[in-house]
Amino acid sequence: MSKVVTKQPSYEVQSEPVQPLSILSPEGEIVAPDLVPSLSDEQLKEIMYRMVFTRTWDERAVNLGRQGRLGFYAPVSGQEASMVCSEYALVKEDFVCPGYRDMPQLVWHGLPLYQAFLYSRGHQHGGQIPQDVNVLMPQIIIGAQVLHAMGVAMAFKKKGEKRVAITYTGDGGSSEGDFYEALNYAGVFKLPVIFVVQNNGYAITTPYAKQTAALSVAHKAVAAGIKGVQVDGMDPLAVYKAVSEAAERGRNGEGATLIELITYRYRPHSMADDTTKYRTKDEENDWAPRDPLVRFGKYLEAKGLWSEEDTNRVKEEAKATVNEHIKKAEQTEKMTVSGLIDTMFEKTPQHLEEQKADFQ
Amino acid sequence: MAQMNMLEALRDAMRVELKQDPNVLIFGEDVGKVGGVFRVTEGLQEEFGEERVFDTPLAESAIAGMAVGMGTQGFRPIAEIQFVGFIYEALDQMFVQAARMRYRSGGRYNSPIVFRTPFGGGVKAAELHTDSLEGLAVQTPGIKVIVPSNPYDAKGLMISAIRDNDPVFFMEHLNLYRAFRDEVPEGEYTIEIGKANVVREGKDVTIIAYGMMVHTAKKAAEELAKEGIEAEVIDLRTLLPLDIDTLVKSIQKTNRAIIVQEAQKTSGVAAEVIAQINEKAILHLEAPVLRVAGPDTVYPFAQVEDAWLPSPERVVKAAKQVLNF
Repeated sequence: MSKVVTKQPSYEVQSEPVQPLSILSPEGEIVAPDLVPSLSDEQLKEIMYRMVFTRTWDERAVNLGRQGRLGFYAPVSGQEASMVCSEYALVKEDFVCPGYRDMPQLVWHGLPLYQAFLYSRGHQHGGQIPQDVNVLMPQIIIGAQVLHAMGVAMAFKKKGEKRVAITYTGDGGSSEGDFYEALNYAGVFKLPVIFVVQNNGYAITTPYAKQTAALSVAHKAVAAGIKGVQVDGMDPLAVYKAVSEAAERGRNGEGATLIELITYRYRPHSMADDTTKYRTKDEENDWAPRDPLVRFGKYLEAKGLWSEEDTNRVKEEAKATVNEHIKKAEQTEKMTVSGLIDTMFEKTPQHLEEQKADFQ
Repeated sequence: MAQMNMLEALRDAMRVELKQDPNVLIFGEDVGKVGGVFRVTEGLQEEFGEERVFDTPLAESAIAGMAVGMGTQGFRPIAEIQFVGFIYEALDQMFVQAARMRYRSGGRYNSPIVFRTPFGGGVKAAELHTDSLEGLAVQTPGIKVIVPSNPYDAKGLMISAIRDNDPVFFMEHLNLYRAFRDEVPEGEYTIEIGKANVVREGKDVTIIAYGMMVHTAKKAAEELAKEGIEAEVIDLRTLLPLDIDTLVKSIQKTNRAIIVQEAQKTSGVAAEVIAQINEKAILHLEAPVLRVAGPDTVYPFAQVEDAWLPSPERVVKAAKQVLNF
């Protein structure tokens, strides 16, 4: 009698490594022609404009920080493609829940620049988002905003609106409990939300290797039953493509997407941090050739859409705009403790009214 | 008028608000089909549908965080945290994110959320189910704290809390859910947040309490009455904002006060009440204001909780101490 052998399905969960989506090579050449997103020449130029503007603004902000004209500031250079292009893939009605480094997304989504400066200076007007701008204030508690985006997406779904919520955190943020909880809820309720993890290699000083033993951050989507993708976060076209697709899925009721953007922050975590203590010059040099501005510039130059003069023009414009807005921030009427007290509740209760007396 | 126990009154309040405002939603662990572990929301999913009353995955921070996100988009969530000890998992979302939303946005956004949770000892529940954590909340700027002691107040305060445009931490003593029935009006009525209630008038000593301790205080007052001592019992109802005016008015009459709280003694609501009495009524006092409270230990579930909780005897003793000072 022969033994019948039946093939058993594997009872071990299988996971395969992923390759980041890449469309534009560091040399500025298209490596995946089928995947090139449909963008007009004007749109391509607008993306370049915004990235150059953002880099210049960042350089200026670092100096303003050193001069004491800004408070807490988290530099963004190196992350322009992931920030600018992910926001550019949205429409105005979509809602952004940022971490503290994500000022560029807020500003390109409509927050006036001087308010971003006021936020850095601890002025409440910085958080008074204009009525027609769909963003929350920058979040300080890592991961808290990921839950808010999930809640905002729940609101859109309940109202039957074809809008998506997008949230940003980093490789460090992807270790937070709130991050996992948000992904899980988004899976269960099939929510129109995009979770962007800008994996810039470091959570302040802790390297990515000490953050997770998962095959990638994008793999964390598997446990939540949502879509996960990994993208070259310094490739403007790849970032735009991935976020556009995720937004489309969200709008079509197909649920949430986790997007891991592989990127690098050139500067320290904040102005109080010293990168020489935890990373090498060699590593920084390795990343430099992948720069989003350089590669996108080459691509546009080859198309005859951009030149060095354009870059210089945008830099000058950015500097002038930053100057104008920092002045506006500095000239904004200072906060008062009494005014602060009145923002604790809709109607200031008696005990707080009485506490105002100490400050008048 | 209907006779309702406290959990029926709370359910009725939520039903009234679900009916009159489509933006009101209820969610949390097990709140849907069965109506929560205490059945406070029983029947509401059936009546209003799964879109309005729904179960969430088991994650308290996400329950509170989802409420914060939805609150920015015009919804008025009633988020249930299944037992009081579980709020520790949600503290950032409740006490930072919700409580600071108005400040952080300069008034652009707010968190019109009711965080409901059962709390309170004496029912032999599991560890971390029955602690009194109101002290954490009253030290948090931007969130209101309500603790009803009876069905009538519970309904009126719950309706006020749901309509409030700021976050409210609504603590429901689980020993009071089914303790007794009250006359509770049909339909809508509100009780103003921040108003205490004189539940027994007296001239000799003021006993201040909230939640279950209102009943402990009333029992003590009956004992004192047998000895010819007339205690005035005040139910705070709202811990933040605190109704200091009602307390001062009473102390101007009685010149003596004690405060009873189920929570640990140090740095809690009782300490704050005494501080405010000092500021506003010290010249009316004939004796120090004493606290009757739990000792500064972790809350001992089951085994010794009855001995740990403030008893009418301890309240009577404290009242006599201030009377004989």
